[in-house]
Amino acid sequence: MMGFISALPGAISQGLIWGIMAIGVYITFKILDIADLTVDGSFCTGGAVFVVLFTGGHNVWVALVAAILAGMLAGLVTGVLHTLCGIPAILAGILTQLGLWSVNIAIMGMKATVAINVTTPELLDKLLVSLRFVRDAVTGVRPFYRHPIIVVGLFTVVLIALLYWFFGTEQGSALRATGSNHNMARAQGINTNYSIVLGLIISNGLVALSGCLLAQYNSACEINMGRGAIVIGLAAVIIGEVLFSKIFHNFALKLLSVALGAIIYYIVLQAVLATGLNANYLKLLSAVVVAIFLAASYWKSKYTRKKFRPSDIGKIGGESDA
Amino acid sequence: MLEVKHIYKTFNPGTINEKTALRDVSLRLEEGEFVTVIGGNGAGKSTLLNAVAGTWPVDAGSISIDGVDVTGMSEHKRAKYIGRVFQDPMMGTAASMQIEENLALAARRGKRRTLRPGITRAEREGYVERLKILDLGLEDRLTARVGLLSGGQRQALTLLMATLIKPKLLLLDEHTAALDPKTAAKVLDATERIIAKDNLTTLMITHNMKDAIAHGNRLIMLYEGRIVIDVAGEEKKNLTVEQLLSLFSKVSGSDEADDTLLLS
Ligand SMILES: Nc1ncnc2c1ncn2[C@@H]1O[C@H](COP(=O)(O)OP(=O)(O)OP(=O)(O)O)[C@@H](O)[C@H]1O
Ligand SMILES: [Mg+2]
Repeated sequence: MMGFISALPGAISQGLIWGIMAIGVYITFKILDIADLTVDGSFCTGGAVFVVLFTGGHNVWVALVAAILAGMLAGLVTGVLHTLCGIPAILAGILTQLGLWSVNIAIMGMKATVAINVTTPELLDKLLVSLRFVRDAVTGVRPFYRHPIIVVGLFTVVLIALLYWFFGTEQGSALRATGSNHNMARAQGINTNYSIVLGLIISNGLVALSGCLLAQYNSACEINMGRGAIVIGLAAVIIGEVLFSKIFHNFALKLLSVALGAIIYYIVLQAVLATGLNANYLKLLSAVVVAIFLAASYWKSKYTRKKFRPSDIGKIGGESDA
Repeated sequence: MLEVKHIYKTFNPGTINEKTALRDVSLRLEEGEFVTVIGGNGAGKSTLLNAVAGTWPVDAGSISIDGVDVTGMSEHKRAKYIGRVFQDPMMGTAASMQIEENLALAARRGKRRTLRPGITRAEREGYVERLKILDLGLEDRLTARVGLLSGGQRQALTLLMATLIKPKLLLLDEHTAALDPKTAAKVLDATERIIAKDNLTTLMITHNMKDAIAHGNRLIMLYEGRIVIDVAGEEKKNLTVEQLLSLFSKVSGSDEADDTLLLS
């Protein structure tokens, strides 16, 4: 129990980091109505680009922006494969993800893991977040505002504010309309292909940012760090929806509920680990939980379909005043 | 206003499902003409409208709207000129978005979508006025999700969206077919008023011969992908359902008219 409590700040920090990735997943899965599997690859791309640039002596913000841009590029590739080449979205995502595995290793200099050498205090201090800061901020070695919960929390708030603004603009509305109804969107003069590509770019930019933050947090990037990311993202989206959809109607709050969903996912994970379960089973557990929740929302829609079509259930927009 | 020249469309060419839906169709609409389109199931009515709207490219022929050749233009680019209401009430609106958001999307048809606000306070007031035209009480539900509306309400809203910016061409594909008779009459009535007010050039498909005769100033009938009847002016005004049926048997060379046409 004590182990669990002391692990809590770390779990919350990690949950927040994954929450940014989950917000990216929300954009494709909920708003665009696409299951984008690029995520598993672009997450690591973000981490790899960051670590390589940062250890190469570049400014932390330069490395961070480069990581985001790399993720966006991955989204662009999936988007082009899907729209211009007519490949089904899921397959397009899988292809990009597979290709990214090689690309990520190449970025990391043909190694499966690249670490940030945090033995020098100067270098460690340059990082935005780190596992070590969780304790440092409490013991007073570092100022409280360097605590990962505060730093990543700030990132999350700024991102939610930006997305809230964007999805209220003409382009953002067009993107939502595209996800809601292709026919309607095109009849209203919306270039649905452009919307889809744009959505995938934004989503994977967020995913790469999340990967870049996690690599900082762990002081390392590992080729498999993104494996199963899509499932974690979906879990966060679903948990957020199940727990908060009754009280959160505003679009910004819906994004917040995704971030909270990710935190809850990580806390539950820690709780499960505290029971002594072999960590090997965590992926199976995540997959089962997500499958159950997806099935539950499908069945729910099937038996209450008088006013809704299944594809409409849980989509954003209606109540948002964005 | 609309100039369709010798268009052909074959679906699934080279397969056992090959189906030629349009054969050498030519049609010219003057500005302000309101044409009703009839024909049996599978006659090619929706295909004709989809060809004009650009849902897919035609195999041959050309289409121009207001002097602009749109034959190779993508669907979303053509939308600049065209207002559309689909047969399926679910197809014309975004269910997960609010009534006002749907209208705001329609108000930007044919314009570049920028990073300015998707909807402004000033336009909301305009929408209230526009919604009153429909007389369905939607003006009090501006922020309701469209998915909560009935099929008839959604169809009426789609009609309003299609005509929010005056379209050069209005395409209506059996837009009252899925509605109950009372709602259908109401939506048709709103259609008539909106078309008359803005003098809209219109192509309206209907399965109801009475409606086809009662509305518009020209009537065409499709049969096996061809326009077989085209009447306008006085002749159209004085047309009766019986005359139309006998006319049809004559051109189609059969008496299957009753089965294929009187479905409504
Ligand atoms: N996208 C498509 N793919 C394949 N075949 C199609 C497609 N659209 C239409 N068809 C075929 O083309 C023919 C004409 O169809 P169309 O939808 O134009 O008929 P319609 O006159 O609108 O009939 P209805 O009154 O039933 O709506 C039909 O045989 C139909 O099966
Ligand atoms: Mg049809």
